[in-house]
Amino acid sequence: MKAFRILGRNVRDSFKSVFRNFSLSLASISCITITLIVVAVTIILSFNVNNFTTIIEKDVTIVAFLDVDITQEEIDEVYDDLIVLDNVDKDNIEFKDKMDTTKDYMKSSTIFKSIMSDWTRDENPLQDTYQIKVTDTNLIHKTAEEIEKIDHVDVVKYGEGMVEKLVSAFEVIRKITLIIVIALIIVTAFLIANTIKITIMSRKREIEIMRLVGASNINIKLPFIFEGLILGVFGSIIPMIITIYGYSALYAKFKGQVISPLIKLIEPTPFVYLISLLLIAIGMLVGMFGSSRAVKKYLKI
Amino acid sequence: MDLIRISNVKKTYKTGTTAIYDLDLNIKKGEFVFIIGATGCGKSTLIKMLYREEKPTSGKILVGGLDVGKIKDRKVYKLRRKIGVVFQNYQLLPNSTAYENVAFALEVLGLPKSEIHSKVMKVLDLVGLKNKAKQYPNHLSGGEQQRVAIARAIVNGPKILICDEPTGNLDPKTSLEIMDVLQAINELGTTIIMVTHDIDIVKKLNKRVVLLDSGRIVKDYKEGEYSSESI
Ligand SMILES: Nc1ncnc2c1ncn2[C@@H]1O[C@H](COP(=O)(O)OP(=O)(O)O)[C@@H](O)[C@H]1O
Ligand SMILES: [Mg+2]
Repeated sequence: MKAFRILGRNVRDSFKSVFRNFSLSLASISCITITLIVVAVTIILSFNVNNFTTIIEKDVTIVAFLDVDITQEEIDEVYDDLIVLDNVDKDNIEFKDKMDTTKDYMKSSTIFKSIMSDWTRDENPLQDTYQIKVTDTNLIHKTAEEIEKIDHVDVVKYGEGMVEKLVSAFEVIRKITLIIVIALIIVTAFLIANTIKITIMSRKREIEIMRLVGASNINIKLPFIFEGLILGVFGSIIPMIITIYGYSALYAKFKGQVISPLIKLIEPTPFVYLISLLLIAIGMLVGMFGSSRAVKKYLKI
Repeated sequence: MDLIRISNVKKTYKTGTTAIYDLDLNIKKGEFVFIIGATGCGKSTLIKMLYREEKPTSGKILVGGLDVGKIKDRKVYKLRRKIGVVFQNYQLLPNSTAYENVAFALEVLGLPKSEIHSKVMKVLDLVGLKNKAKQYPNHLSGGEQQRVAIARAIVNGPKILICDEPTGNLDPKTSLEIMDVLQAINELGTTIIMVTHDIDIVKKLNKRVVLLDSGRIVKDYKEGEYSSESI
């Protein structure tokens, strides 16, 4: 009961203080808002990039073209050589007969159909292939080279550096994002600490009296911690709205994909709500962290 | 049993100034003690150590059996609830009424509103300000402001009331009115330690007087001794 009365008093004081030093509070709130917008954009970007990467990684296939005049026996030999390779996903090696490939071509266009329709196996200039998936995309180059060295393998094709470049570019984007987010959070925490510091200064007399009449330290600190928390919550409102409505609108505009159907955006629900929760949590934590720093420094308790 | 026991206390500030040297002083429950001496002789330093605003550099201070120098920072509030403090400049909240200023001391301790109300009205009555409860400090005279400060200091029923030059900003007549209030509080059982420059008041009240000089007690007059000696 007593704790609730003290708590109630603190919350009331914190709100009063936020509005009493309105311009200062507004500055802090704006700063959190800007930070959280950047955080939101970078997190959304980062999650999507992560999503692209996993989609692409899942889809990366090495195609090994076999000699034109290969026999069934040799085809089996190639398979035996493939499965012993480290990075080859053993359950994902698929043999594709050249006649099947021809059928695929014929299906895709009438021109192909007219040209290829009377090809026999011996006349068919296309090659039998193995479609091979790897377990680690980063090692795809090395694996492709190893596959190329296998007898009766003619040529090997895969994303050809494109994939690797894309993956490493995403990796760089992710790291830069992380650094920006951390830097922004630190700057915001300092700004909040400053706001709280000024609140503390403007309430110096009050604090002195509180200490004098025997208010416990936690009781003295709590209103300031709450104030930081309130600033954090206010600061996260606009970023949350932007996240929820902005991302949904963007998703609708792009119809859920970027550049090609291969690169899919993350569906807005529940993604935007999770991000919003994360934003308000960051806002509250940064607010409390900033204010407890100021409290520690300027109250010396 | 003494309420306050100061033994062999020395206080050297970080600046290197030693304000108190090897001081011994015992004060009994219910006493009224004046601490006098020239400016800078260490009076404020001495009483600050009692409510643990400052820590003794060496020696021991017991307040109600509690070793004040050993209290951890975060436990100081427990001591403060047993001691009321009044200053020369009143230290009131300018945007709160007399009532609110006094109530503040109880609100921060989490007392229920009804209990706060009855206690505040009781002390405001004791200091003679019941009819000015709704006034803001800048509408009160210096003497009235000091009474609000005294009311705030005693509203929680502390065992000790410490006053650092409470009449320093007041004219002689108002000072005497404040002394009447303090005496009334003392008669209700609160031990009072008052630092002052005002020799007239000290002579008039016939209480125990501790004379400090350069951080040392040079004389400890028993009740009535001071005025008879200096007349
Ligand atoms: N916080 C402090 N830091 C350093 N020196 C101080 C501090 N407070 C007081 N002093 C010094 O200690 C001595 C005693 O001061 P004080 O106790 O305030 O004297 P009084 O109250 O008797 O006028 C003075 O020389 C003063 O300059
Ligand atoms: Mg002094």
